[in-house]
Amino acid sequence: MKREKGISLGRKLRNHMAMGAVIISALLVIASLITILAYLAVRGAGSLNWAFFTHLPRPIGESGSGMANAIAGSGMILLIASAIGMPVGIGSGVFLAEYGRNRFGNFLRFTADVLNGVPSIVIGITAYSLVVVTQKHFSALAGGLALAIIMVPTISRSTEEMLLMVPHSVREAALGLGIPRWRTTVSVLLPAATSGIVTGLMLGFARVAGETAPLLFTALGNQFWNWKPGHPTAALPLQIYTYALSPFDEWHRMAWAGALVLILLIVGTVAVVRLVTARSVYRVTV
Amino acid sequence: MTAGGIRVERLNAWFGDKQALRDISINIEGYHTTAIIGPSGCGKSTFVRCLNRMHEVNPMARATGRVFIGNTDIYENGTTPVEVRRRVGMVFQKPNPFPTMSIYDNVAAGLKLNGWERGRRLGDAVEQALRRAALWDEVKDDLKKKSGASLSGGQQQRLCIARALAVEPEVLLMDEPASALDPMATAKIEDLLFELKQSVTVVIVTHNMQQAARVAEFTGFFLMGALIEFDRTEQMFTKPRDKRTEDYVTGRFG
Repeated sequence: MKREKGISLGRKLRNHMAMGAVIISALLVIASLITILAYLAVRGAGSLNWAFFTHLPRPIGESGSGMANAIAGSGMILLIASAIGMPVGIGSGVFLAEYGRNRFGNFLRFTADVLNGVPSIVIGITAYSLVVVTQKHFSALAGGLALAIIMVPTISRSTEEMLLMVPHSVREAALGLGIPRWRTTVSVLLPAATSGIVTGLMLGFARVAGETAPLLFTALGNQFWNWKPGHPTAALPLQIYTYALSPFDEWHRMAWAGALVLILLIVGTVAVVRLVTARSVYRVTV
Repeated sequence: MTAGGIRVERLNAWFGDKQALRDISINIEGYHTTAIIGPSGCGKSTFVRCLNRMHEVNPMARATGRVFIGNTDIYENGTTPVEVRRRVGMVFQKPNPFPTMSIYDNVAAGLKLNGWERGRRLGDAVEQALRRAALWDEVKDDLKKKSGASLSGGQQQRLCIARALAVEPEVLLMDEPASALDPMATAKIEDLLFELKQSVTVVIVTHNMQQAARVAEFTGFFLMGALIEFDRTEQMFTKPRDKRTEDYVTGRFG
């Protein structure tokens, strides 16, 4: 009868300890992101000015140096990477979800997981020997291709998972209406899984946007403007890398500013895409 | 065979090694309602899913035998599941409107996604289907504003019926369409069935014997994958010829 009073002190204590542990873990995640952003802002914001976004890099000692060509170059390389990586990733994800219940599907799944674990520099070297060596010069195309390869497994597996999360009853409803299987996938299942698939796309995009290693011997970098995909091209991560390794304080500050801009561009892109897709889904559902 | 009827000859169905249907032969009358009753796991659902080749959506499943809808054997070589399902619509146990589509788009989905080019306007077809499903008055003001998923359970199920009717099937299969609904919503669906059989042959699977007695002219009783008895509903519930039918309809098992 006495025991009815409730849960023992030991159990309460253990409950509080476990609760405390998960809260601390959660705070650590938030704290590390805030620390990185704050540190970048403190070190980099001072070097941010109009020239940074509009001018080319200038020799050390000259004022008004900028990273405009690197920002544009990153944009071009990421565009190429997305144009190749996103359709291939979504396509293979659809294949895995809809037609992948067999040995070939398992093999493809295994391949994607292994590819996901391959160090990005190895993929860079591969792109170097396959594209750069055969074309005989460095190019944004080679860099974009390397990034696309890194992007694909993330997008592919997340697309598969999101499609499989669409209730089976929805699939049956479409097939029961006599809608062909491919049409069911394109017009019913993909729209139902859109927000999850977009999340996967953004994860893939954010993952490659900051990659430096695969660009070192593919896009190479460039101190000048370049708009031709077939030529060596500047990229923010490469420019940061070059400046950070230099012996000059001024360039160090530029590297910090570049890192800040890179992060902001990634966060901005992800936020905009999120906003746009969230709104379009909302419009159809409610 | 009567117009709009279904003739099933020696239908067998399996899931992997397990046989789910044994030698079913049956003649289903056109433009009437036929109920399929029996205890859980007796093959009722499998049977109706064989009538529009939804059975084979499960990769482990297969079926043999002949099923004639009108004069077409739907299992004949050269007949595709897609064309069968356009003629034989289906309503499932749980309402399953397309989650990302408006009410209008849900009903229009079968017409649009099948790529049918028709003389009359899509809007008219949608209105007609919603009227036939007795849902038009409740949704006509927010056809394109509201999603199908925002309706109540009973409305969602009538939306699914409208969606199936929009492609103008000859046969409508209903797999326990009211089992997830409250009594009021169930009554509405049952009322609807009386109207529907003017224009479409209805085969309804039900757990509920009163429901079978209320809505169906004919009833088939399934047990362990076999068709035990098939007759006029009245006959089945008052003077069944088979002892097992009698035991089931009088509630001695099931």
